[in-house]
Amino acid sequence: MSQKNIRFGGDRVFHFVNKLLLTLITCIIMFSLWNIVVNLFSSAAAVASGKSVFWPAEFSTANYKAVFSDTSIWNAFLISVLKTLIGVVCHVFFCAMVAYGMSKEYLRGRKLYTVMGVVTMFFSGGMIPTYLLIKSLGLLDSFAVYILPALFSYYDMIILMNFFRQLPQSLEESAKIDGAGYWRIFLTLALPLSKPALATIALFHGVSQWNDFMTAKMYILNEKLYPLQMKLYEIIVQSQMASMQNPTSVEITTTSRGIQLATFVVTTVPILVIYPLLQKHFVSGMMIGAVKE
Amino acid sequence: MENFRIILTDKYFWDSVYNTLGISFLKLLFEFVTPILLAVMIYELKDGIFKKTVQTISYMPHFLSWIVLGGMLISWMSTNGMFNSILKSLGLITEGRNILLDADKYWWIASLSDVWKSMGWGTILYLASMAGIAPTYYEAARIDGAGRVRQIWSITLPLIKTIIGLNFILTVSGLLGSNLDQTLVLMNTQNQPRAEVINSYVYRMGIAQGDFSYASAAGLGVSIVSVILLVAENKLTSKLNEQSVL
Repeated sequence: MSQKNIRFGGDRVFHFVNKLLLTLITCIIMFSLWNIVVNLFSSAAAVASGKSVFWPAEFSTANYKAVFSDTSIWNAFLISVLKTLIGVVCHVFFCAMVAYGMSKEYLRGRKLYTVMGVVTMFFSGGMIPTYLLIKSLGLLDSFAVYILPALFSYYDMIILMNFFRQLPQSLEESAKIDGAGYWRIFLTLALPLSKPALATIALFHGVSQWNDFMTAKMYILNEKLYPLQMKLYEIIVQSQMASMQNPTSVEITTTSRGIQLATFVVTTVPILVIYPLLQKHFVSGMMIGAVKE
Repeated sequence: MENFRIILTDKYFWDSVYNTLGISFLKLLFEFVTPILLAVMIYELKDGIFKKTVQTISYMPHFLSWIVLGGMLISWMSTNGMFNSILKSLGLITEGRNILLDADKYWWIASLSDVWKSMGWGTILYLASMAGIAPTYYEAARIDGAGRVRQIWSITLPLIKTIIGLNFILTVSGLLGSNLDQTLVLMNTQNQPRAEVINSYVYRMGIAQGDFSYASAAGLGVSIVSVILLVAENKLTSKLNEQSVL
């Protein structure tokens, strides 16, 4: 915005109020996030008595130690990492394959595929039918349930398809003349040229894989296959139950809350670390998707 | 058919329908309006550190899962949590109590925390389309003597009308499905009468208790409601924008 020569008194008030409100909103969000950090480094008793709000009261690292000594949390962390990595690679590659085909105008039955895809964007079979399907496919209690149902998303496909369409047609033709087949063109031309779009899809899917807990909650019974989010959910539920049964026992509520907070950090830090690095990508990626819509 | 008959007389099912509609309505009200307001406010800022900071921080909660946020809410809302401490230090209340156990407040907690989480993220699309507005519009308006508020009302908002319409449809069609994670974390025995939504009811009846046929019949309720919503909003937006999404 370049037109900032303020001529009216009303405008000055407007800009002041605008900045004030935005500062307020930012502070509320920042403060909430800060509070988690504060609680993490406070002793559990101080947290339970509500002493640490702005600054850690009774500095302690006991919460951390409790988490790092718990092997089941490490196991959950490993599952989360694996399901995110494998899930993202498979999802991006699969969506890209479909999108490449759909980006060609001469594909036979393109209209039909589009209708089939759009329907899935707005309707789903419902929770129970999906559960029964997963069950009859034998995917209950297996690692594949994290990967296979999330393999394809029509929304991501649209973003990639729009990107493939913008690639210069002549490039592909010259490759064809040089004797490259479709596979070759797709793998060595189309994919490397669409890195920004692929990165965006990878980021979105990565975050949703990392944060997803419903899949585990619905289809996984074996605790060894729990991802971090599901583990955290269990800890929260357990600590709530404990504090409801013994509302007076400070000890039970404080120790479980300490573990809970430390698990928050283990769960959130990976995302917050990657986040600033990728911020540029997802903003431009959202624009790619928005251009054609 | 037997299942449908039982459902129609099932008090818990109707409770969950009522809660779903109530929470969804509040969410729609806040979640559709706040990103537009916030995007307009951010757009009015000069490019610089302040603008970047506001954007970076307001996008951040989107990346937290509902489990993490829910756990945080539980501890903030608890008797000695942050929320009560702040209210106490401001002198508004004398005795802290667990706000999440108060069923009447649950709708507000659910919808406002969802706004907190998704408000910043929702601005991206709007900001992207606002970036395409030619500055000459604003120059002309300034010469004609329009203030900032008037410029926003008559230039910025009309020019992003299409994106607003598109986002409306995406918000509404995502509403009914979005409740499940949040409800499962925040629901407890005390607030359940106001917290149970159709999805969590279907989940509890079907997968937790194994009554598949009853639960899928109840789940059909979700599908019917969302079809009605989709058709209605498609009519509405096509009237407003002279173009339909489907």
